[in-house]
Amino acid sequence: MNQFTYTRVSTKDTAIAALAKDKTAMFLAGGTNLIDLMKSGVTSPERLVDINALPLATIEETKTGLRIGALAKNSVVAEDKLILKHFPLLSQALSAGASPQLRNMATVGGNMMQRTRCHYFYDLALPCNKRQPGRGCGALGGFNRMHAIFGTSELCIAVHPSDMCVALTALDATVLIAGPKGERTIPFGEFHRLPGTTPEKDNTLQRGELIMAVDIPFNKLADHAHYLKVRDRASYAFALVSVGAALDISGGNIREARLAMGGVAHKPWRLTEAEAVLKGQPATEDTFRKAAEAAMKGARSFGGNDFKLTLAPNTIVEALKTASGRV
Amino acid sequence: MKNDIQNKPINRVDGRAKVTGAAKYFAEIEVPGMTHCVMVTSTITRGSITSIDTKQAERAPGVLAVLTHLNMPAIPGWAADNSKPSSGGEKLRLLGSDKILFNGQPIALVIADTLERAQYAATLVKTIYKKEAHKTDLAKHKTEVHMPSRLGDYSRGDANAHSTAPVTLKADYVIPIEVHNPMELHGVLALWDGEDKVTVWTKTQGVKDTQETITAAFKLEEKNVQVHSEFVGGGFGMGLRTWPQDIVVIAAAKKLKRPVKLVMTRQQMFTMVGYRPYTLQHISMGATADGKLSGMYHEAIGETASYEDFTEATVRMTRFMYACPNVTTKYRIVPLDRGVPIWMRGPGEATGAFALESAIDEMAYKVNMDPVEFRILNFAETDPERNKPFSSNHLKEAYQLGAEKIGWFKRNRQPRSMKEGDWLVGYGMSTGVFGAYRGGSTCRAQLNGDGSLVLQSATADIGPGTGTAMVQIAHEVTGLPIEKIRFELGDSSLPPSGSQGGSATVSTVGSAVYDVCTALKEMMAAKGLSFENGAVKGNIKDVLAADGKPYLEVTKESKGGAEQQKYSMYSFSIHFTEVHVHPGTGVVRVKRVVTVADSGRIVSPKTAASQMIGGVTGGIGMALTEEAIIDHRYGRFVNNNLADYHVPVSADVPHIETIFIDKPDPIINPMGSKGMGEIALIGFSAAVANAVYHATGKRIRELPITPDKILAV
Repeated sequence: MNQFTYTRVSTKDTAIAALAKDKTAMFLAGGTNLIDLMKSGVTSPERLVDINALPLATIEETKTGLRIGALAKNSVVAEDKLILKHFPLLSQALSAGASPQLRNMATVGGNMMQRTRCHYFYDLALPCNKRQPGRGCGALGGFNRMHAIFGTSELCIAVHPSDMCVALTALDATVLIAGPKGERTIPFGEFHRLPGTTPEKDNTLQRGELIMAVDIPFNKLADHAHYLKVRDRASYAFALVSVGAALDISGGNIREARLAMGGVAHKPWRLTEAEAVLKGQPATEDTFRKAAEAAMKGARSFGGNDFKLTLAPNTIVEALKTASGRV
Repeated sequence: MKNDIQNKPINRVDGRAKVTGAAKYFAEIEVPGMTHCVMVTSTITRGSITSIDTKQAERAPGVLAVLTHLNMPAIPGWAADNSKPSSGGEKLRLLGSDKILFNGQPIALVIADTLERAQYAATLVKTIYKKEAHKTDLAKHKTEVHMPSRLGDYSRGDANAHSTAPVTLKADYVIPIEVHNPMELHGVLALWDGEDKVTVWTKTQGVKDTQETITAAFKLEEKNVQVHSEFVGGGFGMGLRTWPQDIVVIAAAKKLKRPVKLVMTRQQMFTMVGYRPYTLQHISMGATADGKLSGMYHEAIGETASYEDFTEATVRMTRFMYACPNVTTKYRIVPLDRGVPIWMRGPGEATGAFALESAIDEMAYKVNMDPVEFRILNFAETDPERNKPFSSNHLKEAYQLGAEKIGWFKRNRQPRSMKEGDWLVGYGMSTGVFGAYRGGSTCRAQLNGDGSLVLQSATADIGPGTGTAMVQIAHEVTGLPIEKIRFELGDSSLPPSGSQGGSATVSTVGSAVYDVCTALKEMMAAKGLSFENGAVKGNIKDVLAADGKPYLEVTKESKGGAEQQKYSMYSFSIHFTEVHVHPGTGVVRVKRVVTVADSGRIVSPKTAASQMIGGVTGGIGMALTEEAIIDHRYGRFVNNNLADYHVPVSADVPHIETIFIDKPDPIINPMGSKGMGEIALIGFSAAVANAVYHATGKRIRELPITPDKILAV
């Protein structure tokens, strides 16, 4: 680990100013990923700006939905009564992530900013275009069992590791961001990005910007929501494939459906085509299977992750079965 | 000890010290003037160092030295050893040459006044290598076999019987690399007193073995080498030798004339403290139509390092486990550009039992028999390998007890016939076996004037609760209450014992405790003293005063005798499990476990049950989750951390029912106790694979059984 200086700030403006004046400075929230990255030498900020004292940890009801502060701890959000009532999918996704100790430290904003767990990214002795543009991709032709099947590029097949973000994508959340030029909002689904020719960029946040909050609009999906995470052990493992499914069912028919997958792309993967297949159809396994087929259009595997072409649609069907109550 | 009476469960004698932090592990030891060492490791797999630039690191704040092959003092004992590896490769001489023999090999020691400064400076060492083509993939190089110096080929009867029988089976099995990954990281703290006396705190399963290795490496007198390892945070076999990096750190401390501490990183735990070797196995089995085994062929190929042979008893169980007249076994090793393996819990036997006990299950189905009945039908009354009686063998009873407990005979034997919701339900079982040994050990007893008893022997406790078992034995012999007895271990200055390995500590050291307590009673009798009602009877204070001694002391050496030649001695386990398999996601969950141990008289029922639970947990890891993966293009691990190398977590481990036969072995030792550590794990992975077959109708012959493998078949 490099030597670094540590600054604690307590307002939005001082936080943003601290980053503006130091090109290598980074925000520190829960630190559950950043400290690992610093220890392994992947990230070497010369200044850490600790934002934990900012008043951004609340969960509050607005006219249109719930607003979750960027510094709300994952464990707090997962057990919050308003979240459990309105967005059980988010609670389930959060509880499926990491371990209790990590969830007690990790924040909503930090969870969004966590970097891929691709091993080639973490090992400085191995090639990775995300860590070092132009060095090559170790996962292509290497160990890619955990890797993407959607939206890959020739330069990167890494996946975003978050569970929370899968749920927030499905729930049509928006992100409130503050920066040197003021505040802006973007749809959650546009926060993370695909690797394309610049895999070093995980998301669309600009240098010096700060995530303030996430807004989730109210919906009618709370009664039929399920987050299904398939992994190599029962807890504390990243998803092979995960599916966030939420349905509005009336009289046995699906009025509205939301579906997103984790462990399959460089960003949480929203399944809009599958949602269209589900809409207006009876909530049956046959319908779910058709939706899963639609979801898999364009999927491509790389050897080690070939099984995801089978696992992903099966997981979609299972998640929908459980969400609909037809287990 | 009255071995017709079952022992009472007692609490772990050092439990409180462990949970309160009073127990100090080597990494927690601090000595004045202590410095910190961080290792720089190679990023290539085979070749040599062209140049290594340490100038920047040496100039970094707090750095005291950067040692490489260019300035490292020679290790005197190594220099004197001219032996050649039997593979024809080069010997590993850590920091003694520019050669790189495996990826992750230490190439520099950075020593600084603080750990953080050493860590930072280590990133500043710049190395240029000359790479050579490397071999790390056993599957690719499996034909480049090498006959090991021991564990030669074995054959009895007709070598072709396995393939000419009425019913035949041929199957291949794969075990991945497994890494011990104890919670406690390995390392060493060395403190020299002048040029020829050193004290070392480390993590070892044998303080005497470590003392011997250091004594030889530095050509010292044994009495001038003091090794401490009072507490060990899990070993599983990785602490059964003193590793070369320990020796170079001790050498660095000598050169610097400062104490040096090394605590390895989790990543380094994958490359230089051994592992369970990747192993390929082939079994060919023949039986009569009515289910009698008529022939078995079992072949295993394991990996080793280019610089050292590692062998283990992978095919051994096949030779004696069943009454089969015709058995052939072969074992080969392939030298690769890898760090050397070492025994990992249930060494070899755990690997072999996965193949044998999977094949036995498969054959039972082929001859349309229940797998338990098939095993009982082929039960070996005497050891068919050595033609000797077993010292004790209660397997038939164990099969029965386990089967009843889990409801084995109530299941539908037909594969893929049982369901719970969407989940497929399967029952599986297997047998485990490991040699029951008794080595030599010396124990000293000191009876104090206050009636308290101190027992001392240089053995280890890597977790099973050695002290607890020893105190319990002493309690049984003397009648003194548990809290009046203390057992001291993990210190090389104590009377000698072997390393803690091979499930032999209770049998070996326990016998010495038994013998020394018996000798103490005799000594007391001569002085008009005795133990009565949990206390010393007679005036011990007067006796001590008359003798001018602080305590009554007696030391006793104890070892097994001729009985070891007359009998075959083994511990046995039977594992039963119920698994649920999701046909859509391929997820396998172990839902219930019943495990039965036939390991003689149980000395300490509570810690013994814990040990069985721990072993089964390791077995769940072996069966379902654990696999260290190498990218063979680079020869580097790609999951060398505890997030990606999956040991089972609590959510993976159901309630584990442990049953002890608890009948004393009349031969092995005065307690009648056989070993337990290995059998807890051996065979369990086959029970899971057999249960997966029963649930799904699919045989998985490559571990671990991850969701992708369920979906692929």
